[in-house]
Amino acid sequence: MSANAATGDFAMPPPSSAPDTAGSGGGPAPVRIVVAFGFWIFLLSDIIMFSALFATYAVLSGQTAGGPSGRELFQLRHVGVETLCLLFSSYTCGLAILAIERRRMREFYVSCALTFVLGASFLGLEISEFVDMIARGAGPSRSAFLSSFFSLVGLHGIHVSAGLLWLTFMVAQTATRGARDFVRRRLLCFSLFWHALDIIWVALLTLVYLMGAR
Amino acid sequence: MEQHDQVHGERENEPLGSFASYTVGLIFALLLTGASFLVSQTHLLWAPGVPAGLAVLAIAQMGVHLVFFLHISTGPDNTNNVLALAFGLLIVTLVVSGSLWIMAHLNANMMPPSALMEMRR
Repeated sequence: MSANAATGDFAMPPPSSAPDTAGSGGGPAPVRIVVAFGFWIFLLSDIIMFSALFATYAVLSGQTAGGPSGRELFQLRHVGVETLCLLFSSYTCGLAILAIERRRMREFYVSCALTFVLGASFLGLEISEFVDMIARGAGPSRSAFLSSFFSLVGLHGIHVSAGLLWLTFMVAQTATRGARDFVRRRLLCFSLFWHALDIIWVALLTLVYLMGAR
Repeated sequence: MEQHDQVHGERENEPLGSFASYTVGLIFALLLTGASFLVSQTHLLWAPGVPAGLAVLAIAQMGVHLVFFLHISTGPDNTNNVLALAFGLLIVTLVVSGSLWIMAHLNANMMPPSALMEMRR
C-alpha cells in the first residue's frame, strides 16, 4: 500500500504477492494465515461460551444449600498435578509443531505421544476427582454450587477428551498422508485448540480452585 | 492441487515460534502458577487482597500463553487476530461482569431479610 502511494502508482497489487507483505494490503494472505485466523475466531467463540459458565459459577459459588463447599472438597495438591500435566502437554504440543515443520518425524511422534500421555493423565486425574466427589455425596445434583462446578469443569474435560481424539486422528493422518501442507495446517489448528484449553484452565484454576479452597 | 503456501525455511519462525520461545513461555507459566499457589496457600499477601492478587497472576499467565504459545503478537499479519481477541475480550467482560453486577443487585434488592434467614437455615 505504502509502496504504491510513494510511487504514485495506484494499480491493483500483483495477484501473486510475496507472503512477507501479507496483511499489510499486499494481496491475499497465505492459506496458513487465513486458516489460523478462522480457527482463532472459533476459539474465541468457544471462550465466550465458557465465559457464560464462568459467570454462572461466579454467581452460584456461594449457594451450597447446606452441602459441602469448595473449601471442604478441593484438594489443591491433586489440582496442582493436573495443572502441571496440562501445562507440559501444551509445551510438548508446541514442540510437535516445531518438529513437523522441520520434518523431524521421530521427534514429532515422540512429542505427540508425550502430549497424549500428559493430556490423558490430566483427564484421568479429573475423572478420579469427580468420582471421589460423587462418592462423598457431592454430585452435581447436591447444590447449585456443585451443578455449576460440574458443568464448568466438566465442559473443559469434554474439550480435553475431544482434543485427545483429534490428536490421535492427526497422528494417524500424518503417518498415512505424510507431512503435507493440509496436514500441517490441521496440526496447527490442533495446537491452537490445545493451547487455548490451557488458557481456559488457568482461569478455571484461579477462579474455582485457588479462590474456592481458601 | 496442493497449495505450497508456506515454504519452510523462509519465515517459519514468525507464525510458529521457536524452541526458545516455547521454553521461555513454559518457564514464565511455571513461575506464575507457582506464585498463584503460593499466594493462595500462604499469608504472603494481605488477606483481603488475595483474590485481586490471584486475578492479576492469572491474567499475566494468560498473556504469557497468548504471546509465547499462541503467538499473538503486534506483527503486521497479526492485526486481525489481535482485533478479534479484543472483541472477544469485550464480550467476555460484558458477560461476566454484567452477570455478577445484575445478580448482586437482585440479591440486594429482591430478597427480604426474613426469606434470607430461611435460606440460611
